[in-house]
Amino acid sequence: MAPDLAAPRSTLSLQAARFAGNRLAVVSVYVLLAIVALCFLGPYAFPFTGQDADFDNISAPMNLWSAHPFGTDDYGRDLLVRVLEGGQVSLAIGFLGALTAGVIGVLYGAMSGFVGGRTDSLLMRTVEVLYGFPYVILVILLSLLFGGGTVALFVAIVFTLWLTPAVIVRAQAQSLARREFVEAARAGGMTGWQIVVQHIVPNTVSLVIVYGSLLVPEVILSESFLSFLGIGIKEPQASWGNLIQSGTAQMDTDLRLLLLPGGLLALVLFCLNFIADGLRDAFDPNER
Amino acid sequence: MTPVLEARNLTVGYYSPGGLFTKPLFLPIVHEVSFTLQAGQTLGIVGESGCGKSTLGRALLHLIPAAKGQVLWRGENPADLPRAALRQRRADMQIIFQDPVAALDPRMTLGRILSRPLATFEPSLSKADQLTRVAEVLHRVGLSADFAGRFPHELSGGQAQRVGIARAIIGRPAVIVCDEPVSALDVSIQAQVVNLLMDLQAEMGLALVFISHNLAVVRHISHEVMVMCLGRVVEQAPRDAFYARPLHPYAAALKQAVPQPDVAAERLRRGQSLPGELPSIARPPAGCVFSSRCPKAQDLCRQVRPELTSYPAARTAACHFVDTPP
Repeated sequence: MAPDLAAPRSTLSLQAARFAGNRLAVVSVYVLLAIVALCFLGPYAFPFTGQDADFDNISAPMNLWSAHPFGTDDYGRDLLVRVLEGGQVSLAIGFLGALTAGVIGVLYGAMSGFVGGRTDSLLMRTVEVLYGFPYVILVILLSLLFGGGTVALFVAIVFTLWLTPAVIVRAQAQSLARREFVEAARAGGMTGWQIVVQHIVPNTVSLVIVYGSLLVPEVILSESFLSFLGIGIKEPQASWGNLIQSGTAQMDTDLRLLLLPGGLLALVLFCLNFIADGLRDAFDPNER
Repeated sequence: MTPVLEARNLTVGYYSPGGLFTKPLFLPIVHEVSFTLQAGQTLGIVGESGCGKSTLGRALLHLIPAAKGQVLWRGENPADLPRAALRQRRADMQIIFQDPVAALDPRMTLGRILSRPLATFEPSLSKADQLTRVAEVLHRVGLSADFAGRFPHELSGGQAQRVGIARAIIGRPAVIVCDEPVSALDVSIQAQVVNLLMDLQAEMGLALVFISHNLAVVRHISHEVMVMCLGRVVEQAPRDAFYARPLHPYAAALKQAVPQPDVAAERLRRGQSLPGELPSIARPPAGCVFSSRCPKAQDLCRQVRPELTSYPAARTAACHFVDTPP
């Protein structure tokens, strides 16, 4: 037999190759990785934390060669370190929130679509009821419950954002459940749960990755939005949201306090959206 | 000897999706089917599309529960088995599908697809033993062992159907339900697949339920033929007797519909297609299921449904006007 022309390739590796061909998306991945590394490693390069006030240098202007390269805020706290530490919070909530919401949504949706019938309608009516729940009121309730801060914010964000992936995956699972390989799996003695986890979920993975990559910026944005409103992360802990909020208070006199966190947030959101775009193109079966 | 598969007055149907508060409506698809199947035998089930053949096939595997009557696997009703035991017993009862590619999970390698049933049916088997078994069945269906690393989208229809067969036999079953296994394949491949099934049957003593609308293929593989029309059995007979002379006018019409290689005979045949409408399976006629299209239909046929009646040579038919064979 003639040697194999091409080694067997999984659809996933083909899709990875297609993604690698998208220059903008690949660059975005590197930029995003750089920002993540900077946020999590950068603060160690400074002898002080973002909560240490330097009373000799209150509202110091930007001077790249001084101890505070981007200056300090009106409490004398180093702006760069605060922005990097805020980035840790925002990025962690973004990725963990999207992951948690994604996992819950995927399993819920896959189960609902696979089981079908009354269970399905019951589960989906529940989702619709939760959709109708006012988001901001929920966050306020939860921050009363958890005493505000990261946990309340995280729970609130996950609580509202798992709904959409559930609906999307359910539709996909419904059509997968009627496919013959699922019937073969039942004839092969698999339990319903095994079928959901081993057959249904892997087949929704392309959809989930694309949607998940859009979910991350959504979570980061809602974290910023809530912190901006003062419901989310509270001072002195920094997050991009509350840094931008305190920046806007002084934007008439000192734009620097707004531009550094705002610019970084915008850059991350751009990157994530380009990556999502690249993933969608890579997974689109019409784009062979 | 206990038959490997038996159906007793099996009625199967679907529930129309009721809302949260409305009662779901039961819509029977298959009515009161009975037969027995011994090891090493093939039962051919024929009928036009939508007559309930595939539904019956899935009910035989207990993929759809029986609404009335029962299925017996070696004398045991799968509906009475506890869940875990039922899953183990499924090793005995396998299925091959019409669309061979859709029957394989596109995200799994063939090796994983084939070894998955082993993980359930023979959990004590080591990884290496599993791989040996996979290579064994791949070889048995005429594929090389390196197919184990491939993905379903790299296969042709015939290859995919061979993989489907390999998955069915890997747990060493007693019965395989073949749901139109060759109708999606090229004619040249059809013969190969049918011959492969017959070889496996001879080797493993398999019993086959061969569902098809292709009478020629059914004639080749079956020992016994069952004709279904609108969810009811209208005739059942040993193969040779059936092909020599079908008793039921619907069976005769099906046989008539097979194209003939002779030009003159074909021209004659084309003039005799069935008149009349196929009734909806949701609203079957009160009388004989075939009465709206039957050339012999009388008033009696439209009002009273004929019972399945026994005739000589171990055959049955449901028709008021069977002219008994001489």
